Amino acid sequence: MTATTSRRNFLKMGAAGASVLPFLRAMPAAAQGSDTLVVVTGATINSLDLHRSGTSRASYQVGINCYDRLLSFGTKQTPDGGFSYDYQVIEPELAESWTESEDGLTLTFKLKSNATFWDGRKVTAADVKWSFDRAVSVGGFPTVQMKAGGLERPDQFEAVDEETFVIKLDRASKLTIPDLAVPVPYIMNSVEALANATEDDPWATEYLHTTAAGSGAYKVARWTPGEQLVYERNDAWVGGPLPALKRVVIREVPSPATRRALVERGDVQVAFDIPDKDAAELAETLDVFSTPVENCIHCLCPNFAFEPFQDANVRKAIAYAVPYEDIFQAAAYGRGLPMWGGEEEINDIAWPRKTQYYTDIEKAKELMAASAYAEGFDVPLSISLDLASWMEPTALLVQEALGKIGINVTIEKIPGANWRTAVLVEKRLPLHLENFGGWLNTPDYYFFWAYQDGHLFNSSNYRNEEVEELTNATLHMPMDDPEYAPKIKRMFEIVLDELPRIPLYQPALNVAMNGAEGYEFWFHRQLDIRPISRV
Amino acid sequence: MLAASPRLRATLLRIAQSIPVVIGVVIISFLLTRALPGDPAVYFAGVAADTESIEQTRVAMGLDKPLFQQFFIYVGNLLQGDLGQSLLSGRSVAEDLAKRLPASLELTLTALLLAIAIAVPLGVLAATRPGTWVDHLCRVVVTAGVSLPTFFTGILLIYIFYYLLGVAPSPLGRLDFIYLDPDHVTGFYLIDAALMGDWETWRGAAKQLFLPAATLALFTLAPIARMTRAAMLTALSSDFIRTARAAGLSRQTILYRYAFRNALLPVVTTLGMVFSFALGANVLVEKVFAWPGIGSYAVEALVVSDYAAVQGFVLSMALLFVALNLVIDLLYTAIDPRIGFSSK
Repeated sequence: MTATTSRRNFLKMGAAGASVLPFLRAMPAAAQGSDTLVVVTGATINSLDLHRSGTSRASYQVGINCYDRLLSFGTKQTPDGGFSYDYQVIEPELAESWTESEDGLTLTFKLKSNATFWDGRKVTAADVKWSFDRAVSVGGFPTVQMKAGGLERPDQFEAVDEETFVIKLDRASKLTIPDLAVPVPYIMNSVEALANATEDDPWATEYLHTTAAGSGAYKVARWTPGEQLVYERNDAWVGGPLPALKRVVIREVPSPATRRALVERGDVQVAFDIPDKDAAELAETLDVFSTPVENCIHCLCPNFAFEPFQDANVRKAIAYAVPYEDIFQAAAYGRGLPMWGGEEEINDIAWPRKTQYYTDIEKAKELMAASAYAEGFDVPLSISLDLASWMEPTALLVQEALGKIGINVTIEKIPGANWRTAVLVEKRLPLHLENFGGWLNTPDYYFFWAYQDGHLFNSSNYRNEEVEELTNATLHMPMDDPEYAPKIKRMFEIVLDELPRIPLYQPALNVAMNGAEGYEFWFHRQLDIRPISRV
Repeated sequence: MLAASPRLRATLLRIAQSIPVVIGVVIISFLLTRALPGDPAVYFAGVAADTESIEQTRVAMGLDKPLFQQFFIYVGNLLQGDLGQSLLSGRSVAEDLAKRLPASLELTLTALLLAIAIAVPLGVLAATRPGTWVDHLCRVVVTAGVSLPTFFTGILLIYIFYYLLGVAPSPLGRLDFIYLDPDHVTGFYLIDAALMGDWETWRGAAKQLFLPAATLALFTLAPIARMTRAAMLTALSSDFIRTARAAGLSRQTILYRYAFRNALLPVVTTLGMVFSFALGANVLVEKVFAWPGIGSYAVEALVVSDYAAVQGFVLSMALLFVALNLVIDLLYTAIDPRIGFSSK
């Protein structure tokens, strides 16, 4: 069922399955029943195919709710009483079991024998192979994400028999198994896709863009880009416990004020990804979950390409001048976690960690006096207009604080369309705000993207030979290796001393609920509707 | 046949005259979107893209080709009626516009009708009774209308009628999710639902339409009321009205047949202008009421440099205004027989 579902055949479907009945004419009471959920979000779902180039972040939820992966993560309780996925626990989704060879280079998966696609056909290893081949071949984001787990070429995947799938790795990596549980490597109905593929489009990107063809917990009942997406439960799902909700309506409402009014009135049950300000104000009346986003830090980045920032004293002076608490309150309304005022000695490998810096203008002045730029200098601080909600207040506070130590800051606002090019690709902004977050929750993965020379999120043009070496050494090393922790601690020590990124705070993902429960935070920052139910 | 009907010929001439305008719009919109800073390939390559995958995306989008070649591909497709593929919505631009333009037009036209229904009588009353409470009311409404930004009025109306009083339906776009869209005929939900005889859906659509249309009407009625009042005052003080009064014609006849009809001309001109800026003001109303219209579509496309969508939007707006000007010109001749099309 797709966006092309017409009214007429939709009604026919309704006649076949009573579950569609509430859509007929106006039946508010029935539509608001205990098995229907309405979610509002500000983002647009622009494709049903995560692998397509140009697919928006919000569309990843289709990959999560409509498709299965071989593996998934477990669930854990968060300190504030909510739930979160558990990076440490891997659970089977489409796979029944899996084994790893002695050398860690061969992974063998046994598929669930009762798993079927929505059209009733059995899920086979050939479907898994086709889906993995597609993810590593289409290019763009899915291919990059697969590569992070060492999955690079179709010849690494083999369908041994109907229910056995084998992955051969070039090197063993602790990232491979978690990378199989991220949204990208999901399993598509290869027979249905191939029937709609053309010579120019061997991976059926046009077809799968508008039609979901999976085995997941929810089917797509209706999809109108820019307006809504309606999920309907797949009762034959075997990937996990059957979800409580029969139908979930995702409505796009761009204005945060309108979303807030809707959830406060209770006409919708979930407002997803609401601003920090609304979260802080609604927390008293509704269930608001503000989960700190794992492996994500809002940073102030001094660019090494800009001469004064090559002076370590200048960078440290900035780190002592930044008004952390004011920023945390003004930009994040206290949602998230502070990243300042920690111990200097590094005793654990938890990341993000609190830095040893805190606001101390006197100390900052001393450091500036000791630097080669005692008389100060001018620098533009760049922010993205798309991310103005946190960047603008932060930039104003930084501007004021740095003015006190002789650094004359002008704020440069860059339109959203240019931001990525300027900050990440050209890496040309002398001083800017940045917020990388890694999907795979290990410190070395964060370092790989944000601290290694030439890598996308290293927007400060930072290069340190020891960090290069240590990151390469730890990236694929198992976390229980005795060498792992000391190496990671050394990495923390170097970057927190050299400060190519000055951590400000760890942001939160805010979700308000009114009449629903079971929300679970996921690293992909999209709504997994499967565990949610009405109250 | 053309010679027999000067009006038809003049109309066709008008349409022919707009062809250079449209060609100019095609070229300018193409060049302007390319001149926008920002790199769509970087944007659409996704969050964790590296140089290689950005390059792959660029090739897939056809942006690696030289500019003039891209232009010829664009014009070639355009001639076949293909406006290209929007990267943002993932659908063809023509499909998006067909879906979203009627949404905006339905909202704007409803608002305009509402505004006319209030503003014109108000302006006439204010002009015939200058200095009375009606005149003051007119002044207050006009001042409030121009000074309140639409997004503010929108949020205020939602707060009062939806949040506090609970009389308005959820501000969730064109239809609450419990209804199905009516069959697509014109794309105007009110018309399509009426054509189907589905009055339940019609009521649903009308209810959703009311608050956003009222927001936009509050904004547009100011210039209409002002213009009506001014034009009526001028007309009422002119010589032919004095003559008509002296001739002992009834007040009704003087007011409507002579004064109002003469005052209509500037009002219609204003309407054309108001219509165009109401389409612009739509963006904010669309955002607040989650209205899937063309304004928010264009702004989102612009933000991410979605070339095809921006070009399609500019082109469709150009065509719309060419049509609008034509309609207004034709209206002039209907209102004032002295104005004719020059047959040259």
